[in-house]
Amino acid sequence: MKAETPRPAGSGFGEAIMVPVRLAMGLVDAPLRWVQRKLGLGGMAAFFLLPNMLIFGIFVLLPFFINFAYSMTGGTALFLDDRTFVGTDQYARLFDCSNYIDPNSCTEDTFWTAVGNTAWFVVLQVTLMILFSLITALILNRELMARSFWRAVFFFPVLLSPVVVGLIWKWILQRQGLLNFALYGFGFEPYTWLNDRNWAFAAAVGVSIWAHMGFYTLILLAGLQAIPKDLYEAAEMDGTRPARAFWRITLPLLMPNLLVVIVLVLIRAVQIFDEVYVLTGGGPGTSTLYLTQYIYETGFATQLRNPGLAAAASILMGMVLVVLTLIQLGLGRSSEKKGSRK
Amino acid sequence: MSRIAAFIFRRKGRNGWHWTDIVTWIWLVGGLLIMFGPAVWLVGSSFKSPAALAEFPPTILPYVTQKATVEGYDKPLDLYDATLPDGRKAVLAEVRRIGVISQMVDPEKPGEIIKVNISQRTPVRTMAFATTNYTEPFTHFDFVRYLWNSVFVTVTATLITLVVNSMAAFALSKYEFRGRTFAMLLILATLMVPLSVIMVPLYSIVSALGLFNNLWGVILPTVATPTGVFILRQYMLTIPDELIDAARMDKASEWQIYWRIVLPLTAPALAVLAIFSVVWRWNDFLWPLIVLSRKELYTLQVGLSIYSGELNVQWHFILAMTVVTMIPVVLVFIFLQRFITTGIAGTGLK
Repeated sequence: MKAETPRPAGSGFGEAIMVPVRLAMGLVDAPLRWVQRKLGLGGMAAFFLLPNMLIFGIFVLLPFFINFAYSMTGGTALFLDDRTFVGTDQYARLFDCSNYIDPNSCTEDTFWTAVGNTAWFVVLQVTLMILFSLITALILNRELMARSFWRAVFFFPVLLSPVVVGLIWKWILQRQGLLNFALYGFGFEPYTWLNDRNWAFAAAVGVSIWAHMGFYTLILLAGLQAIPKDLYEAAEMDGTRPARAFWRITLPLLMPNLLVVIVLVLIRAVQIFDEVYVLTGGGPGTSTLYLTQYIYETGFATQLRNPGLAAAASILMGMVLVVLTLIQLGLGRSSEKKGSRK
Repeated sequence: MSRIAAFIFRRKGRNGWHWTDIVTWIWLVGGLLIMFGPAVWLVGSSFKSPAALAEFPPTILPYVTQKATVEGYDKPLDLYDATLPDGRKAVLAEVRRIGVISQMVDPEKPGEIIKVNISQRTPVRTMAFATTNYTEPFTHFDFVRYLWNSVFVTVTATLITLVVNSMAAFALSKYEFRGRTFAMLLILATLMVPLSVIMVPLYSIVSALGLFNNLWGVILPTVATPTGVFILRQYMLTIPDELIDAARMDKASEWQIYWRIVLPLTAPALAVLAIFSVVWRWNDFLWPLIVLSRKELYTLQVGLSIYSGELNVQWHFILAMTVVTMIPVVLVFIFLQRFITTGIAGTGLK
């Protein structure tokens, strides 16, 4: 991106809006000149940084550190002062299982159900998401008529809110929904898909792919378009078969983008909540209950809420995410080092 | 015509159809149906009456059964094209149905009950758009409140995001000071701390500040986004420092440099961040769900999810309101999609 010179102040409407803004900014200027005299240039830098740092500090860093203290306390009290210290009891409770493979043998059986569900969800969703977005990116990278239109088609659901996504699909998978209507044409009886444990799980995977695929397609497409065309021309002149060109040219050169996308998809998949919560509410039973919903319900929604337990579970999830993010940063660093392209 | 077809189906310097061309077109057309189809179906359904929504198989366009007021009956009765036992055809109104026998009357002669087998009658239907799905929530429900809450949260959060993040980006790109790298790393590190990890303690902090059940409690935790600082800083780095030095020589204050020189030059990046922020805040769900427990404070997303989770879902209202909730984002998609796609391709951030 490059800076452009601003256009001369144009329309009357824009000007009218700017008048009070100018006035306010001008009024702020006098006291700030005084501040500047007192603090010097370095102080002004701190002044500009302050609001952002304050909000970060209060709403991100502070909760991040308090979370550890929270996970060491018990009871239902909200504020940390009123809570009783229980040491590592909450973690012990989460890990209290006689057999880790079977959630029913655990004290917190819903936690392990959520962990198991999330693990399955991550494996399925990440594999399919990468596969679909890679195929779509490869196809969009071909010489296509109206490529930007087709790109927009696949990007469209990315902007929709998770609630809207959840409701759209809840409506389609209804008994009187579009899917049953389409299958009815082939002679199938209507079926309530979301009341079936396996189909609800499949729907959660499918809907989350539908909603986010366009985003990753876009990143992969940008990577594909940065691969120099002459490589393919040279390969074609050498009589290289297209499949071989894909494995030997496209995939290796796309690898940095692909790795970043894989980690991004992983990080988001571990945190899956919104659209599935609206679509199935975690049901039927606990078949689509994932970790974030477990934390939300343990911390806020159930009658016997237990914020300490929720905090402990969220820290465990946070650890997984930190590891994934560090991998991503490492990958970003190493692809930057190669300096092949920007 | 054939030349247009040749242009549309232009292939990559090969003769005839290669299998990859066929796969490409199947994928694209399939994608078109799967990506747009569900949203189109939603919009179509939102104009159907509750009775039409409960039907299976559903109709593609909204139809309603015609009704007639018949003397001697309080409620309007459904009209049917019926074949009478003696083979005559007539338009009759159904009074009640017992098993497979429908008791009907002729609207002209309401005194006499005619019994018709239900296989011998089909409803008289006309196409009608149930616009009441849209108008009623605006008058009878809290929908206007939710809409207003969502607009308030989106606009306020976006304005604060722009100011706060551009100030930070200005400090991080145009000043040399100790701890600059540390501040930058700190901001980027917060990318690692998603809401789902800190929601329990964040809730207690927001409550301690008296912001529980307050729209500001939804707004404030979201406004310092690392993505925003990152986008703006990258852009401000391209503004030449000579410009700032020249302004300092003309006795401009640092504040003036910020808002009269740097901000106008950053307009394109600010626009990208504004678009992102509007979409993010409009779509926010989990955090408002936690902070807002009073009905009159719900945002659209929270209100919709609560109503759709009720035991007796009023789908005709839910569908219409979902369409209304989609509108701003669809407008962004139609008019500003280009900015977003270049923004994502450029930074890899959402």
